[in-house]
Amino acid sequence: MQALVIVAHGSHLNADSSAPTRDHADTIRAVGAFDEVKTGFWKEEPSLREVLRTVESDEIYVVPLFVSEGYFTEEVIPRELRLEGWDVSKWDSDGVDADHVSLTAADVGKTVHYCGPVGTHESMTDVIIRRAESVTGDPDVGEGFGLVVVGHGTERNENSAKAIHYHAERIRDMDRFDEVRALFMDEEPEVDDVTDHFESDDVVVVPLFVADGFHTQEDIPEDMGLTDDYREGYDVPAEVDGHRIWYAGAVGTEGLMADVILERAADAGAEIGEAIEVVRERTRSAPAAGD
Amino acid sequence: MATDAEVRPDLPARQFDALLDAANEGPGVQFDGLYVHRGAEDYDRLGGYTLGTPEEERTNLSESEFHAAAAARAEYVTNWYFWRHVVGGAERRGGVEGDAPRHHRRAFLRWVERADDGDQTVPERYAALAGGVSREWGQLRVTATLGPAGERRYELRHVDDADASLDDLDAFDDPLAARDVATYDEKGRYRPLKTAPTLRSGWVIRNLDQRAVVQAVDAFYPATIANWNLERAGELDVSHWDETAERQTGIYDVVDELSGDAVDRIAESCCVDSQCLKRRMWDENEETELGPERGEGIFPCREPCSLVIAAARKWTTLEREEPRTYEFELTPSEKEQLEEIVDAVADGRIDEIREADVYDGANRYRARYLRAKRFDEEGNLSGTPTEPDGADAGGGSGGDASESGEADGDEAEPAE
Repeated sequence: MQALVIVAHGSHLNADSSAPTRDHADTIRAVGAFDEVKTGFWKEEPSLREVLRTVESDEIYVVPLFVSEGYFTEEVIPRELRLEGWDVSKWDSDGVDADHVSLTAADVGKTVHYCGPVGTHESMTDVIIRRAESVTGDPDVGEGFGLVVVGHGTERNENSAKAIHYHAERIRDMDRFDEVRALFMDEEPEVDDVTDHFESDDVVVVPLFVADGFHTQEDIPEDMGLTDDYREGYDVPAEVDGHRIWYAGAVGTEGLMADVILERAADAGAEIGEAIEVVRERTRSAPAAGD
Repeated sequence: MATDAEVRPDLPARQFDALLDAANEGPGVQFDGLYVHRGAEDYDRLGGYTLGTPEEERTNLSESEFHAAAAARAEYVTNWYFWRHVVGGAERRGGVEGDAPRHHRRAFLRWVERADDGDQTVPERYAALAGGVSREWGQLRVTATLGPAGERRYELRHVDDADASLDDLDAFDDPLAARDVATYDEKGRYRPLKTAPTLRSGWVIRNLDQRAVVQAVDAFYPATIANWNLERAGELDVSHWDETAERQTGIYDVVDELSGDAVDRIAESCCVDSQCLKRRMWDENEETELGPERGEGIFPCREPCSLVIAAARKWTTLEREEPRTYEFELTPSEKEQLEEIVDAVADGRIDEIREADVYDGANRYRARYLRAKRFDEEGNLSGTPTEPDGADAGGGSGGDASESGEADGDEAEPAE
């Protein structure tokens, strides 16, 4: 028997924080690729400390629903899951290369295939593009459009920016959008000045965040000038300095995220048959999770 | 035996075939009073079949006689089949099929229908199941009933709805409906602590099979089944305050500063039954017990949870302040009113105080009157500034300004 455990941050204050995690778990549960699909949280229940004991399977694939490698994926999650012999060097990553490592969880004595975060997987690039398609309602969006991948950015974690640049570069290489930029909330180049970076009239803005919350619903829309007060909402697209800004909200709510989770588990050796193809197809027509 | 209460299920061919296989190939069956083997003894493969129950033993049976005997004792056979082939997690010890260790689902389901204490024979248990056997798990009422071929069906509802008619309840049959029911309390407020005694009532989840009921219970009260079963086996891995605090890093690294007295107050504030239904099994450390009641709950709490740690971080910074002596001018009744207000908030009683009940010190009009009389324009009680020089409070109650500006408060950790 094999189980998938999706681990995420969660929130003590905001019920919507964990909604995408549970929605993606439901999508994967529905394709039947795993005997069990569970979710565990840093701030909700079951906690990271106790989620593994709710699993009956002996083979457990743990996929962190985080956007980059850093404090949570390298320190908090392995510690709380009690992964024996964990050391970040086992990932042998330059910041976006973490794949998986197989260890034993001390309390349950089971094999855990601990995967890299969803945010740095190459298939995440497809989710960003799918998000752009969803928000514009155009499955062929690209020509005449600019695209921004927005990251939190933080001096404490350089990997945070690496993940953003990684996907921006991959999208640029596809030659699908006229212009592609990586912008940040907390470091240069900043998302506040989004229109300075584009000649295109239309710009799709996709934040590489797992869930919608304070940053994606309040900070970024106000910083970009989509609205003066987030409580009054904003138009999609919104006119800013003669550009049309198509603001997508957190990429993590896109249904196709379930595909990245599956890809992570498959890379770590999970036998999931046709599940990836099925999820790719099913999430194409499904509304974005949490909407 | 009360014959009128007997419940004799059908014996489907598949179940009899499984029994036949067990008799022919294995060491036979010995479970919940049923024993079956081929030959005169269970090591004897020659001769006819034996089928015994506490009521009678039949030996040297041909296959067709064995089938008739099994059908006549279909309670026992379907019961064995359900636990052996549907639920799983059986382990043979000394020839008897018992519960495999750490098979939490099986242990819970056995407990639900009171099969774990062995006080009832299978026909007695079936008679009880026919009418429904109910147990309480936190604020959940779990009811097991019996299908026509011995399969179990389960229903979940709030304990307060024990006698409610189905027509009066919102009915679901998806076990994951539990997640939605458990997310908000009666007043629509988010419930970050699933074991808080604030589960809303007015719903029922029906027609659950043995896997689905465990999935639903685990959505209402995550990991409680596993921890309860580990505790029953004497294997609960308790992490006391000291080691839990020591383990923290990042913004929670500071919580190990708290004194034992403060930890005592945390347990009294957050962990007693009025706040959380888990039974606290952790203490300050292995040697030093905490004072507050552990609680009466059926499922244990094995370590300070993330809510306690997040709150402890706040208390760590608050406890760094030194007390000062202030002078306030209050009437005796006003002093008592302040105490009443703190009590009302601490006991979650605010919403119960009627609008016109001006006899209650925590009544809104009473509180507004007190504020109008005793607070100055800056909100200082009795006009007494928090800082002696009248400057804004530094580390005092106003120190939250920067934090409250962040929607996630203490959840603002390094991003990734």
